[in-house]
Amino acid sequence: MSKSKRIATLALCIALAFTLSFFESLIPINIGIPGVKLGLANSVTLVALYLLGKKEAFGISMVRILLAGLLFGGAFSLVYGFAGGMLSYIVMVLAMKSKKLSPVGVSVLGAAVHNTGQIVVAAAVMQTPRIAYYLPVLLLSGAVSGALVGIVSGIAVARLNHIINHTDNG
Amino acid sequence: MSIDINKTKVYNLAMEKFRLKKADIITLAVVLVAAALAFLCINLFATAGSVAVVEQNGEVIAELPLGEDATFEVKSGEKVTNTIIIKDGSADMVSADCPDKICVNHRKISKSGESIVCLPNKVIVTVRGGGAEVDGVAR
Repeated sequence: MSKSKRIATLALCIALAFTLSFFESLIPINIGIPGVKLGLANSVTLVALYLLGKKEAFGISMVRILLAGLLFGGAFSLVYGFAGGMLSYIVMVLAMKSKKLSPVGVSVLGAAVHNTGQIVVAAAVMQTPRIAYYLPVLLLSGAVSGALVGIVSGIAVARLNHIINHTDNG
Repeated sequence: MSIDINKTKVYNLAMEKFRLKKADIITLAVVLVAAALAFLCINLFATAGSVAVVEQNGEVIAELPLGEDATFEVKSGEKVTNTIIIKDGSADMVSADCPDKICVNHRKISKSGESIVCLPNKVIVTVRGGGAEVDGVAR
C-alpha cells in the first residue's frame, strides 16, 4: 500500500471508530451501572489489527480514544479509556497471534480485559476496592458485546481481506 | 500480484472465511463463569444494609441510617455537588453536577456492599450493614 493510501486509510478508520463511539453514546443504556457499553468502535480496532497491522491498529485505537474522550467524555474518561484500551490491545494482539481464536474470541477477551482494567484503575483512583462490586455485570456485558462485535468483525475481516491485501498495486 | 513481506505476515492471520473456533466458545464460557463466580462471591456475603456511608475525597462525611428518610447534600465549598435521598430503606443519588450523570442514573442501593460512585466529584455512597462501627459525623 502506498504511503498516501495508507495514511488515508488510517484516517478513515479513525473517523469510522470515532463515529461509532459517538453513535453508541446516543443509545441510552439504562442498566444503571457505569461502564456498560457496546464497544462498537472496537470492531474497527479489531479489523485493523488483522488487516492493516499491529502498529496501525494501536494508532487508530489510541487516537480514537483521545478524540472521543476529549469530545464526549467527563473528567476521568481519558484516563480510564487509555488504561482499558491499552490493556485490551495487548491482550488482543496476544490472542490474535496465538492463532487459536477467531476474531470472536479475541474480541471477547479484549472486552473482558478492557472492563476489568477500567475497574482496577477506578478502584485505584477512588482508593477503594469496593468498586469490584461492578465486576460481574461488566464481565457479563463485556462477554456479550464482545462476542457480537467479534462476529461482525470476523465477517468484515474475511470480506475485506481481498480488497485490502490483493487488489492494490500502490 | 506483488508479494510484500510485511503484508504476508498479516495476511496469514486474517482468514479467507470467517469460522467460529472451539477456543472461542471456551473463552466465552470462561469469561461468563468468571462473571458468575464474582457474582456469587459478592452475593454470598450480601445482607440488607443499615446505613449509607457518604465519602468525599476519601473521607467519610456522613453516615445516614437507611431506616430514616432523609435528604443529604454533598457540598464543595458553597456549591452543592451531589444530592442523596434516603427513602424506604434505600439510598439514591438524585442529582449531581458532573457531566456524565452516571451516578444519577444508577439504580437505588440497599444491600450491604453496594455503592454509587460519582467519579468526577469523588463522592461514594456505600451501604454498610450491622451496627455502627464508627461515630458518624453528619454535616
